[in-house]
Amino acid sequence: MKKIEFKITLILIALLSLIPLVLPRFYIYITATIFVTALLAMSLNLVVGHGGLYQFHHGVFYGVGAYVTALLILKAGMPFWAAFILAPIASTVTGFLIGWFCVRLSKLYYGMLQISLGSLIWAIAFRWYSLTGGDDGLHGVTIPDLISSTRNAYYFTFIVLLASLWILYAILRSPFGTTLQALRDNPERCEAIGINVRRHQLAAVVIATFFAGVAGALFVVIEQSVFPDLLFWVLSLEVFIMCLLGGWFTFAGPILGAAIMVSLRTFVGTYTEYWTLVLGIILILLIFFLPEGVMGFFLERLGKPRSRQNGNDKAGASVGSR
Amino acid sequence: MDGAQGITLAAVGSHFFVGLSRAMILFIVTSGLSFVLGILRVPNIAHGSLYMIGAFCAYTFNKLFGGGTMGFLAALLLAPLVVALVSLIAERALFCRLYEREHLMLLLFTFALMLILDDLVKMIWGADYRSVMAPEFLRGSVNLFGSSFPRYNLFLLVVGPLVAVALWLFTNKTKMGKIARAAAVDREMVGAVGINVSWVFAFAFVLGCYLAGLGGALVAPTISITLGMDHDIVIEAFLIVTIGGLGNMAGAMVGSLIFGITQSFGVLFWPQFAIVFPYLAVVIILIIRPTGLLKSVW
Repeated sequence: MKKIEFKITLILIALLSLIPLVLPRFYIYITATIFVTALLAMSLNLVVGHGGLYQFHHGVFYGVGAYVTALLILKAGMPFWAAFILAPIASTVTGFLIGWFCVRLSKLYYGMLQISLGSLIWAIAFRWYSLTGGDDGLHGVTIPDLISSTRNAYYFTFIVLLASLWILYAILRSPFGTTLQALRDNPERCEAIGINVRRHQLAAVVIATFFAGVAGALFVVIEQSVFPDLLFWVLSLEVFIMCLLGGWFTFAGPILGAAIMVSLRTFVGTYTEYWTLVLGIILILLIFFLPEGVMGFFLERLGKPRSRQNGNDKAGASVGSR
Repeated sequence: MDGAQGITLAAVGSHFFVGLSRAMILFIVTSGLSFVLGILRVPNIAHGSLYMIGAFCAYTFNKLFGGGTMGFLAALLLAPLVVALVSLIAERALFCRLYEREHLMLLLFTFALMLILDDLVKMIWGADYRSVMAPEFLRGSVNLFGSSFPRYNLFLLVVGPLVAVALWLFTNKTKMGKIARAAAVDREMVGAVGINVSWVFAFAFVLGCYLAGLGGALVAPTISITLGMDHDIVIEAFLIVTIGGLGNMAGAMVGSLIFGITQSFGVLFWPQFAIVFPYLAVVIILIIRPTGLLKSVW
């Protein structure tokens, strides 16, 4: 991280930790929602932006995390903290199983198989009324007092988000992360020098699904309920769009994408019931005028080389060093 | 499995035919999606919205022409044309400027189009449920192998193969169809021999969307028309295209039959989890044959 970026990050963290002290409850809740969505988008971008996989149904792992948290607390009577640790593990196992089948395929077929496997999970959650509450979902999940107030839930999600982001950043900077980006840019060449492409992709999927599970568990913390829409493909697509919108070749782009999407839905939604129309128009404007995503646009303005070229250089370097 | 006791041969037969007629709707919608995917290489997420617009337009035209046979035929003719017009405008005004862009940007565009179209439908028709009556000669049911079978579904069983034959004739026997197929395989070469590829793309996109509209108009008398009906069909259509082989029309037919029939037998054997069966079928097929049952044009 460069000095200026480090400073900006610190200032942002300081500002965000002040929010609950100055803003009304509604805004605290919205910002917490942005945090959760941002974590989900960041985890997706590990495989989409950096790994080059068409992860079309990432929402399933988020939903699994949320459902497992809620089910363990409500049906198994587990304490929250145990559920909070087990839920991401459940997501990771699901991610491993689905990923194991998917990484054998490429591009669109990868995405399609994932959608069908994910839709299976959605269909089961949607129909198994006795366990999951069907289309009503599960409500009234008890959260420990320590993190149940809006403000404390905010700080809790914030801390978990920061920790996760730090780990994700470290992963991307590690040899594994650079190999992953090399795979995205030139899979044939990587295979030729003896990198096991599928195993690396599977590892990336597993890591990403773990963080999606964390985001799912956090969703339960702030909403105290789960519903089948969390597992539906529309949500997955929305998260995918957040990555593209924010700038999928940048590290922090998906956070920005998540912030834009959640704020649009919330604030345009209060003025008109046609907020998706507004979102659609904004998206089209962005496609035409900011093809690199919002973050990509700003980075370009700051005179930085495009991240993709950066990725290529890194890929070249890591290839050369082997 | 509560439903399992009462399974008779007649029930199996009638579910088979219901599945078959459902497969015809799926085929018509999916063939349009497959056509666009094969030639433009873009997964058109707005396809389901166009199907929904087709169904709503069918409702409006049916009412405008006073219902009955006349209203039904008018709806069947005009609704898909409106959908084609909408797609033509979207394609020429915006989409055609994006073909050189990153592939995922095209996906993003179709998603944006879906958001806009869905809200426009909400604006024009509102959130109420609508229904269309089938015309007199297609109401009621006929006796088929000892079980009663709705006449309208029989009508679908006739229309589906007709559309399939028409599509086959078009892509194999007409010049335009041949150009479109050539563009699917190698678009640079098509451009190199002096054909305006951009218009080929526009044509393919509009034809694909027309088929979505036709599917919507045909399905209108069998379901309640409402917002959100696009969400299920688009994902089903994508899965069918994938198991059939991207861009392959025969594959779209095979995939639709598998999807429709497993769905309908699911209702028979285990109603609560009926929607699980077609997805399970797709998963099994993709694991055994990762690139689909038939040859993909990609």
